[in-house]
Amino acid sequence: MKMEVIMAGFGGQGIMLMGEILAHSAMLEGREVSWIPSYGPEMRGGTANCMVVISDKRIPSPIISSPDILVAMNKPSMDKFTPTVKSGGIVILNRALIDEKPARQDIEIIEVDASGIADELGNMKVANMVALGVLVGRTGIVKPETVLKSIDYFLPEHRKNMIEINEKALMRGIAEVKK
Amino acid sequence: MEKILMKGNEALAEAAIRAGCQCFFGYPITPQSELPAYLAREMPKRGGVFLQAESEVAAINIVYGAAGAGARVMTSSSSPGISLKQEGISYLCGAELPCVIVNIMRGGPGLGDIQPAQSDYFQATRGGGHGDYRTIVLAPASVQELVDLVYDAFDLADMYRNPVLILGDGILGQMMEPVVFKERPARELPPKTWATTGKMGRQKPNVINSLYLDPVQLEEHNRKLQRKYQEIEEKEARWEILNGDDAEYFVVAYGICARIAHAAVEMARQEGIKVGLIRPITLWPYPKKAFEEVLSRAKAFLTVELSCGQMVEDVKLSVDGRAPVYFYGRTGGMVPTAEEIFREITKMRGHS
Repeated sequence: MKMEVIMAGFGGQGIMLMGEILAHSAMLEGREVSWIPSYGPEMRGGTANCMVVISDKRIPSPIISSPDILVAMNKPSMDKFTPTVKSGGIVILNRALIDEKPARQDIEIIEVDASGIADELGNMKVANMVALGVLVGRTGIVKPETVLKSIDYFLPEHRKNMIEINEKALMRGIAEVKK
Repeated sequence: MEKILMKGNEALAEAAIRAGCQCFFGYPITPQSELPAYLAREMPKRGGVFLQAESEVAAINIVYGAAGAGARVMTSSSSPGISLKQEGISYLCGAELPCVIVNIMRGGPGLGDIQPAQSDYFQATRGGGHGDYRTIVLAPASVQELVDLVYDAFDLADMYRNPVLILGDGILGQMMEPVVFKERPARELPPKTWATTGKMGRQKPNVINSLYLDPVQLEEHNRKLQRKYQEIEEKEARWEILNGDDAEYFVVAYGICARIAHAAVEMARQEGIKVGLIRPITLWPYPKKAFEEVLSRAKAFLTVELSCGQMVEDVKLSVDGRAPVYFYGRTGGMVPTAEEIFREITKMRGHS
């Protein structure tokens, strides 16, 4: 088993954290993992992406040239990375910020209103957890309860009040693909 | 043992504290700033000293002072900052002071950029400062190896009274992988009887110095240093060979480049190409023995670096004309894909 994921969006959308939580929960389930951030001169509102590799074996390269899964939280990210997705791969799109579909026919496209659902839950910032929920629900790569442990691990003491809404967002994302 | 998901820079910092590093002096620069940031937070809590110096030059000279007083001491920077430290490194080697210097390389020359590179290989292995000196150079390829080599770096520095360089790159510093901080048995190290910690009843004071005005004395000092370097070359070279048992072709790469090359080697294996990977872990001393092991069956070598071709010179010296040596490099912060390296492997096979 080996899964390569690219997650991308605006700085401030919690792209890095989404990747860290995925990598961390896969590690908790005994897998080999790696996580690489883009670290250019980025800022809030700029573009950000990270690469996560999950494998049963030693990971040769943590750098991904063609991912199995792309999570695109905005249009520039979709435009940039969709052409690189492996044939038969999955693209998860944040429909709230992306008003068109990629033309590729050889990949599975899952559209989810991540920002809209997050807004409905009361905090736009948890759109990342909705998208992560979609990924987890569609692939089963990690158990939802492990992801919840990782969310708890990453939230600092003064943000523990955010656990509940993050959990809700994750479960809503999972429910979106179980419909 | 508990696995922790950590960034390379932070894991390196934590390993340094656990390896008994008492003092850190440095100046921030991307892409290694998480390292001093971590130590700034943790060192004071755990009995150490953290000081942000006014410049890289100041930092390396404070290292000289702390090392002279017998402390376990470290500094870190990235390429342009390491250039500034070169005078100090030459003095540390001349005065035979143990310390650990971390270079998380970025694109150059000049201010370059902040993306990953391996273009400080010459500087690290040939000595960017003046004089006939050597520093041990360790090149980790994963966050776990980064941690393990930090302990070794401090021990090697103390064993040989010599600066040890850890050469990483921007990706290694920024990436997260699971790490385990293993309990390690303490190595037996020579007592620092030379440190300037007061006369303690001795007749003669200890002196830390790299100035020998008498050429006879300076030549003798140089010969002594060379004997030490020779001993290090004999004992401390390290490497890893992957997919090497039946290989006829070899890719040679270190650090993050070795990880990508490993993926390319696996792709080539699926195509039935008998190719292996030689991954130097010490860049000085260079692991020539790794080449001796495979030269009887090697048809060609391909060196891959994030530079315009630096380590390839050591590969050529090790191969000594007995097989063709090819080179592929990306530079300026660009990183080759596994597919690119795979294409170079097929070209190498086509040539020979």
